[in-house]
Amino acid sequence: MKNPLDSITGTIIAGVVLTVILYFFARHFLPLGGMS
Amino acid sequence: MDLIIDRWLHILSGITWIGLLYYFNFVQVPMLGKAKADGTAAGITKHIAPLALLWFRWAAVATWITGAYYLMRAHGIGDAFLLQGGAAYIGLGAWMGTIMLFNVWVLIWPNQKKVLGVVNASDEEKAKAARVALLASRTNTMLSIPMLFFMITGAPAHMLGIWN
Repeated sequence: MKNPLDSITGTIIAGVVLTVILYFFARHFLPLGGMS
Repeated sequence: MDLIIDRWLHILSGITWIGLLYYFNFVQVPMLGKAKADGTAAGITKHIAPLALLWFRWAAVATWITGAYYLMRAHGIGDAFLLQGGAAYIGLGAWMGTIMLFNVWVLIWPNQKKVLGVVNASDEEKAKAARVALLASRTNTMLSIPMLFFMITGAPAHMLGIWN
């Protein structure tokens, strides 16, 4: 499989996907105390 | 230092750092191949890249220091890095910024010194160094996207009392 970081497009897509994953991780697994 | 001055300096230095990171990734690296083909690459590698890298690596330090000061004053640096309570979101951003600073000083700059001829290296070492520096720079570009998201959602949410 090609490394996504070998292209600018792949790098940006990887960054957006990582943002979504971390956002769901934060919403569901971090003790945020009721973020609205 | 007043917190608003610190935030201003943090954002100014952050724009300088990430702006240069995007310049390297979106402009310089893609065009370097074409510049080599028509014999104009030396203008970039001898004159532009060294100065851009100087601003890049020291802006990274300034961004981290002003960010750490902000966390100490506004959130508690321990809570941020331990992802506790209202500091959790900005803490995620702080972790990514810290990894990015590590990449700048431990992977990008030492390898760029070999590529640009600041230190002596064989052609084989230069080729390997260029690959490591590129992947570290692309990793930072990738991390900058969620890092900015968690920085901008973390700080105002805390100040406005969105989190209990």
